[in-house]
Amino acid sequence: MQFSFQRLRALLYKEIVQILRDRRTLLLFFLLPLIELFLFAYAVSLTVSHLPTAVVDQSLDSRSRDFIHALANSGNFDITLDLQNQEQVLKAIDNGTVKAGIVIPPDFAGKVLRGEGSVLILLDGSDSFSVESGYSAASSIAQKYSLELTAQSVQAGGAASTSATSGGLPIATITRVLYNPDIKDLVFILPGLIALIMQIIVVTHSALSLVREREAGTLEQLLATPARPFEMIIAKLVPGMLVAMLDMSIILVIGIFWFQVPFQGSIGLLAVLSILFIISGMGLGLVISAVTKSQRQAQQLTSVIQMLAMLLTGFLYPRTTMPLWTQLIGDLIPLTYFVRIIRGIMTKGVSLSFLWTDTLTLVVYAGIVLVVAAALSKKRLD
Amino acid sequence: MTTTNEIAISAQGLVKRFKGRGGAVTVLEDITLEVKRGETFGLIGPDGAGKSTTTRVILGLLRRDGGRSSVLGHDSMRDVYMIRAESGYIAQQFALPADLTVMENMRFFADLHGIPAKRQKGRIAELLKFAGLTEFTSRPAGRLSGGMKKKLALACSLIHEPQVVLLDEPTLGVDPVSRREFWNLLGNLRAERGLTIFVCTPYMDEAERCNQVGLIYKGRLIARDTPAGIKKMVPGRLLEFKPAQFETARKIVAGLTGVLQVQTYGAMLHPFVDDLELRRKEIEQALTAQGITWSGMRAIQPRMEEAFINLVTRQEEAENG
Repeated sequence: MQFSFQRLRALLYKEIVQILRDRRTLLLFFLLPLIELFLFAYAVSLTVSHLPTAVVDQSLDSRSRDFIHALANSGNFDITLDLQNQEQVLKAIDNGTVKAGIVIPPDFAGKVLRGEGSVLILLDGSDSFSVESGYSAASSIAQKYSLELTAQSVQAGGAASTSATSGGLPIATITRVLYNPDIKDLVFILPGLIALIMQIIVVTHSALSLVREREAGTLEQLLATPARPFEMIIAKLVPGMLVAMLDMSIILVIGIFWFQVPFQGSIGLLAVLSILFIISGMGLGLVISAVTKSQRQAQQLTSVIQMLAMLLTGFLYPRTTMPLWTQLIGDLIPLTYFVRIIRGIMTKGVSLSFLWTDTLTLVVYAGIVLVVAAALSKKRLD
Repeated sequence: MTTTNEIAISAQGLVKRFKGRGGAVTVLEDITLEVKRGETFGLIGPDGAGKSTTTRVILGLLRRDGGRSSVLGHDSMRDVYMIRAESGYIAQQFALPADLTVMENMRFFADLHGIPAKRQKGRIAELLKFAGLTEFTSRPAGRLSGGMKKKLALACSLIHEPQVVLLDEPTLGVDPVSRREFWNLLGNLRAERGLTIFVCTPYMDEAERCNQVGLIYKGRLIARDTPAGIKKMVPGRLLEFKPAQFETARKIVAGLTGVLQVQTYGAMLHPFVDDLELRRKEIEQALTAQGITWSGMRAIQPRMEEAFINLVTRQEEAENG
């Protein structure tokens, strides 16, 4: 393994020039993430709010009306139907007229006063995204509502609380509400979305750039020179990493200033851990390029990985409720670790001491994919 | 000592198999060849015969499954980087980074070969002049014409003054004028620097320009000799004429005794015969008897093309029993 700085410099120069002169790819590199960010961000916020909702108010007192008002005013629920009982709500959900139903039992005001207040929320289980966002929205409104109630009842001389219980359908309770009290799903989604977009860009770019080179025959021509495989890998990683960092900074700035997503933690920490994440993604891309034979195959494989990333990394759906084997598949994707890291830093503002397991795992992950990529990139064609 | 010094490229019983769906497919079988220093060796054969594979195995770009091969005494598998430092290679597909300009490509390959910056300037200018690319230094390699691409590839492969170059179909897809220019460049290199050239080509006229020729067919080297020697391997003598009714005439001639083989060449028939004068008369009689006219009946020297087809046909006949 004789390393030559002159060769590495030449290879780096070639990669940088190729990135800069390939205007179409460069444009995609910067434009595609923006398009994905805006589409996804707006699509997500549309999905979350304005769930068509049926209401059964069996109490018909001032407190139950207040509660229904609070639901409607939150923008998460559109009260489209007034019904008499639970069976009618179930029917309405079954035939798709509404996605959610709120049932308020008789003597709501009295029960709230005694601290026994409960509301039944029925959600359309076939649409898991509305279930999740609807449940978290309703329960947090109930919480907020109960705080108001508590304040009022303290003045009235007694302790009171309202609790939202989910009935009828098994719904996972997630930590989202804790850190996202205003039901801004974007706050929850956006950090993960940035991570997802970065993974798409980084994996695709590194996988395709090598496969393209092999298809064009450039790799063969390079292999016939004294250039060593590991020099070629470094030359592929460094410029791609720089572009990815720039790219990520842009989306982050847009997320913070355009979408008003708060940034609670340390930018420096995020930057360092992002480099780690980007290296992991590029390493994964290189492994993909080594096991595929054409650009088409590489593209198909990266799409599969992206789809799995959407489903299994905890970006959209909580991992804790998944069966073990799907969790294990998710463990193979770097996004799994980085979603927790970026959410931890951006949304919760936690420090490295809370993120060290994910960080360490990502270090090991990056090490493994790079070693595998180096082992697969041989000095020969076969 | 002298023998290893004189031999630039050597292959002994080289075997290469590719893993296919139905098991391993042997693509090279027992390839043995030797190229002396300063020689131009032409590996000729149809597409898919194994020319590129042979070149790649010799260069250590593909693993071998049997036999031995070396370049300048360096084993193709063990001393890959020695070979890569001392030889030049042009892959069949145009494979220089297309986004880099002519000048950037030259510098790129100069750096890869570790040529100090001081020496690069003079060397690059010299090679650009030699390849006639001086005016195009700022043009991206991908936007050069086919002929110029190949000349740039040649210039890049010579940047480190290798003693051996291996060229895989360097004139594929290049117009005839550029082809001639390219071969003139090779001729100069051979004459002025004593460069050893290993070239794969499907073109028979290019084979005539080599000192030694190897005929490869279905992964086997079926003949290896000088171009003149190859032509002498063809049995019998060769007649040429242009019949009026081509297909009928071909059948009649092929059926005559003493006609060893009939090849077609455009509108011409090329029968190989055991006795030139005797068979010429018999052919003329047979055609006249069928009322077929002809023109331009003459004895010709077999060229590489006829020799090649003849050898391949005989090989096929031998294989089919």
